[in-house]
Amino acid sequence: MSAREEVLGRVRAALADVAPQARAAVAPTAPRVPERPHHEVVDLFCERVADYRAVVERCAVDELGDRVAAALAGAARVVVPPGLADVALPPGLTVVVDGEPDVLGAAELDAVDAVVTAARVGIAETGTVVLDHAPDQGRRALTLVPDLHVCVVREEQVVADVPDALPLLDPARPLTWISGPSATSDIELSRVEGVHGPRTLHVLVVADREG
Amino acid sequence: MPAFPAAARVALADTQLRHNLAHATRTIRDKRAAVVGEVAQWEALRLAGAAVKESALLDLDRHLEQLEERLTAAGATVHWARDAEEACAVVAAVARAHGVDEVVKVKSMATAEIGLNEALAAEGIAAWETDLAELIVQLGGDLPSHILVPAIHRNRAEIREIFRREMAAAGRPAPDDLTDEPAVLAAAARAHLREKFLRAKVGVSGANFAVAESGTLVVVESEGNGRMCLTLPEVLVSVVGIEKVVPTWEALDPLLRLLPRSSTGERMNPYTSTWSGVTPGDGPQEVHVVLLDAGRTRALADEVGRQALRCIRCSACLNVCPVYERTGGHAYGSVYPGPIGAILNPLMKGVGQAGPEGAQTDSLPYASSLCGACFEVCPVRIDIPSVLVDLRAQVVDAHRGDRGVKGEAVAMRAAAWSFSDARRLAWAERASGVAGRVLTRLGRTTLPGGRRAAGRLPGPGAAWTGARDLPAPPRESFRAWWARTRPTQEDDR
Ligand code: SF4
Repeated sequence: MSAREEVLGRVRAALADVAPQARAAVAPTAPRVPERPHHEVVDLFCERVADYRAVVERCAVDELGDRVAAALAGAARVVVPPGLADVALPPGLTVVVDGEPDVLGAAELDAVDAVVTAARVGIAETGTVVLDHAPDQGRRALTLVPDLHVCVVREEQVVADVPDALPLLDPARPLTWISGPSATSDIELSRVEGVHGPRTLHVLVVADREG
Repeated sequence: MPAFPAAARVALADTQLRHNLAHATRTIRDKRAAVVGEVAQWEALRLAGAAVKESALLDLDRHLEQLEERLTAAGATVHWARDAEEACAVVAAVARAHGVDEVVKVKSMATAEIGLNEALAAEGIAAWETDLAELIVQLGGDLPSHILVPAIHRNRAEIREIFRREMAAAGRPAPDDLTDEPAVLAAAARAHLREKFLRAKVGVSGANFAVAESGTLVVVESEGNGRMCLTLPEVLVSVVGIEKVVPTWEALDPLLRLLPRSSTGERMNPYTSTWSGVTPGDGPQEVHVVLLDAGRTRALADEVGRQALRCIRCSACLNVCPVYERTGGHAYGSVYPGPIGAILNPLMKGVGQAGPEGAQTDSLPYASSLCGACFEVCPVRIDIPSVLVDLRAQVVDAHRGDRGVKGEAVAMRAAAWSFSDARRLAWAERASGVAGRVLTRLGRTTLPGGRRAAGRLPGPGAAWTGARDLPAPPRESFRAWWARTRPTQEDDR
């Protein structure tokens, strides 16, 4: 008998006592956080992201260019995903567009200082940014290897809690949920930021165009 | 591995360990309590989490078939493993097929459980642990002592020593000016491991959840080493226990809210990665998933114990357990320590087995005070105390007839005899008053509050007092005190 058949057979034998109606039992719905106005949800998002020792700034659409430039101060080489259309990068930087013409190897990525991306969803309750690695966010490696990640989130992308985010995300795509910079507490429980991922996460929350 | 009582005695003598553990468990406990307190309907969330996992388990065969189908459709290769050897063999075969002599690993309980690193080493393949704590444990040549913070038994000075001594043989050496500052140590680990990540061809992981409906695997972590292993190598092998299945994508909701708060006391862990099979142009282009039984179906067949398979490995139960807090993880002789280890190991391995390993497993359901704190904190509401009691009964049943009468059974029978009759009880209490006077006089230690206590008793009491101080009974029994202080109300009785 193949391992597959044997394991499945053991599972069925183990569940022989379970009545069919018990199998179909529906899980209770998980509680939701109370509804609140969207601007409060965005406030909470900023507060919670900052709580993770990430840098959080809010700005208007026309300020974005300056804020990105300020966030990138000190970086010399920056990588951007191919689809990052509406973010203007400051002059004087070496900007590499991933995939134009070639995608960067791991070692090449290691040689850049920063990455600028968009995001898919922001989750207020947990202070989380979710990337679905669409063309404006790039491959997973892009936001992992460089030491500084500047992430642009639009206010309208921010939702209240995890159950609001899941239906907006496509499980067929790879997803990366980011809550603050990478961190460890493995040495005597003292928190250290940036073990392997970017040591600095800079989140720019852009106001809706209509204001 | 010796049975729990013997291993615990060694651990109890290690004051450094006890100090580190007490500090760690208290700190994490407090952080957890604070963020759990933030959630208005925590109990309702627990119920939902428990229900999601329970419904997945009660229909496990169907979910596993669906998971396999979706993973395959998404370009992954699915393997099934009846036991540890089969699972290790799959991983080794994949590594060999790519001609590598090293793999990078994300911390994973399942791969620790099946002894994957050792199995790969036997094939000449080095498996590098990339979680900082696991790296410390691996370089230090010892065992993890906590699910969440496996190196909590090591101090910063020890870690510095381990890095200085061992890093060079494993790759990039520690810098000469390495201090014992946590940030400096973490930076050394970053440099040491980055070299490995950038050149790795094969990555190995486990998974926290596997979504049947979409064929999605989920890994929850903090350091980014998980993302490195899941993203940079060309080939990825994930070893997934069959109990990790959840039915739908939406069903992740209560679990992703429960896990970080219960585990690290954070609202959300820094990184969660999800992927379904192969994504062209992004991440590993060859993906294998090993669905692992290794005793899980045995646990599933146990009607009381089955609920242990709901466990999402948050380690909250360890941090509240008075027994774990004093003995640490090593005493449990398994990668699953603490209250969950005390039930999961006997459930997966089976009780009543012969030999020292069997005795070790059988000792675990007794490694508890049954205080119930573990049930209180468990995010998926596993009733650990009830499972412990049921397993104790199974252990006793399994050993009927193969041993002499146990001292505990004699004591219980004597207690039943005296409690069943008021005169006998009165006599027993007078006798205990005598014992109290003797012990007060002869007691070797003084407990907080000034009560005298005996060390180890001879005879049948030895097992009980071997790891505890026995407080002297009061000099006067309650009945005697009542009679003496309220003589006029004698008639009320
Ligand atoms: S038994 Fe419950 S509390 Fe313990 S590790 Fe598992 S999920 Fe967490």
